Amino acid sequence: MHASLSFDQAPPISVPYRFFLVAPWFGATAGILLVWAGADALGSRWTPEALALTHLIALGFMLQAMCGALFQFIPVAVGGNVWRPRLVANTVQPLLLLATLLLVAGLLFGRPVLLSAAVPLFLLAIGGFVTVVALALWQTPATGMTLWAMRMAIAGLAITVLLGSLLAEALAHGFAVPIVDLTNVHLGWGLGGWALMLLAGVSYHVVPMFQLTRPYPSWFTRSFGLLLLGFLLAWSSRLLLDDALWSPLIAYPLLLILSAYAGTTLWLQYTRRRKIHDATSLYFRVAMLSMLAFAVSGTVYFLRPELGADPRFVVWLGVLALVGVFVSAITGMMYKIVPFLNWLHLQRLGAPISAVPNMKKMIPADAMTGQLRLHVLAVLMLLTAVWQPGLIRPAGLALAASFVWLGCNLAGAVRRYQGFRDQIRAAA
Amino acid sequence: MSITTPLFQHHKHCDEVFARAEDACANADWVEGEQAFALLCDQLETHFSSEEELLFPAFETATGMTSGPTEVMRGEHRQMRDLLAQMRGALAARDSDAFGGAAETLLILMQQHNMKEENILYPMCDNALGASDVGASLAARLKAS
Repeated sequence: MHASLSFDQAPPISVPYRFFLVAPWFGATAGILLVWAGADALGSRWTPEALALTHLIALGFMLQAMCGALFQFIPVAVGGNVWRPRLVANTVQPLLLLATLLLVAGLLFGRPVLLSAAVPLFLLAIGGFVTVVALALWQTPATGMTLWAMRMAIAGLAITVLLGSLLAEALAHGFAVPIVDLTNVHLGWGLGGWALMLLAGVSYHVVPMFQLTRPYPSWFTRSFGLLLLGFLLAWSSRLLLDDALWSPLIAYPLLLILSAYAGTTLWLQYTRRRKIHDATSLYFRVAMLSMLAFAVSGTVYFLRPELGADPRFVVWLGVLALVGVFVSAITGMMYKIVPFLNWLHLQRLGAPISAVPNMKKMIPADAMTGQLRLHVLAVLMLLTAVWQPGLIRPAGLALAASFVWLGCNLAGAVRRYQGFRDQIRAAA
Repeated sequence: MSITTPLFQHHKHCDEVFARAEDACANADWVEGEQAFALLCDQLETHFSSEEELLFPAFETATGMTSGPTEVMRGEHRQMRDLLAQMRGALAARDSDAFGGAAETLLILMQQHNMKEENILYPMCDNALGASDVGASLAARLKAS
């Protein structure tokens, strides 16, 4: 049993960085797309621009970053052995990149051939990734709710990609499928079953770890993932059950457990032992406040159907979830992971630790907090632009600029790693 | 109570002391910083040596695993001792930035080290050493500190 334990902080540094370095540029492309598309882009969730934008953020930024982080997190947090991480990353990452570009172009320009071309690439990339990660997660002897959340999340990713592939093929070939319901189920699994499940599972570790908070209450960690899974299964039943009352009945408790997660995280942060604020803790706060805003808005959507009838309302929800919650939480995590990995891999070169620059030398603190401010401004401008289309271009510009800044901060960290590495080798 | 429960609780105690030292030095409160940092060094050294001299040898004898998890943990203890030395230098020089940078690095290293111990190594030790008297020795040593 013990032979399967990975106690090393594997994998090679290039594995997570391959994903992290690419992710922000998809976000920047999303911002540029908004600038290019202008006032009509966010009129409803179904415009080609909104669909392309959603997938640039969800696949290009979020999925890239989350895949890279999982390669790093699985060995350390749950002692799992990912099979040949370098080979898997070198295969999955370019496939995912290409598949995302094809899908986004297919959605934006209405080209069925591009959608059809993207599907096998996604199935190959994510199929391979899910298989390797699932093996690591099921073979580890570790226990705990983070492990269970990660197992459920990886299943959620598989379901999301299968449903997404079906939708893409349906759009490409005009299959008679219930597109709207299928899309709602697809996004439920993508945002809830994969992204939120993983975020929550990782939070159980990293919120107490980075900010020295108390642990999440065990009743919460034991019930959150199962409740989320249960409600997502119920949410999926809309494909079979066509009842107008059914959706709110599932949505209200779902929004309640989102609020419970966000509220608990904010409370833990508020009562933390570590008094120092940094970009990561602030980013997490922005993410949790956005989640609360999402839950309140979602409740209004179901309580006041006349407001919910405006197609822009769902776009507002999408901006809160994608840019407000997930881009914020992921960026905050990268700002902690990248400096630490730089340090960890540099000190492994064999130099005395005094010769290895500490974490704060890897990305200047001012650059991180400046980028955070620009990101918050972009979120606020995007939310306003949903109702004031004249603001879409400036909001897109702010979004693009914040992602470019993030990309430069991460690239700068990698350059510093290379510079310090060369110095240490030269000194040796 | 499992045999590693005292070590688990001692991690939390060390976190408290770390936060005190970091906060004081960030605010240039050097008197409080010196006191809290001295306590942090003392507590971490007691923790490391309890593991290296009591828990790990008992685990290695019981399981025959001498080059696995315990070896990695010993290596991380060395890294943390080196970072404490950097912090000591920064404190002596009254350099908040240098202290904060080393402290941040120590915190993340320490936390991911604790995560591996609490989630993986300690449960393995509890399984392998459940019937031994190592737990009582550990508890006594940590309490004496």
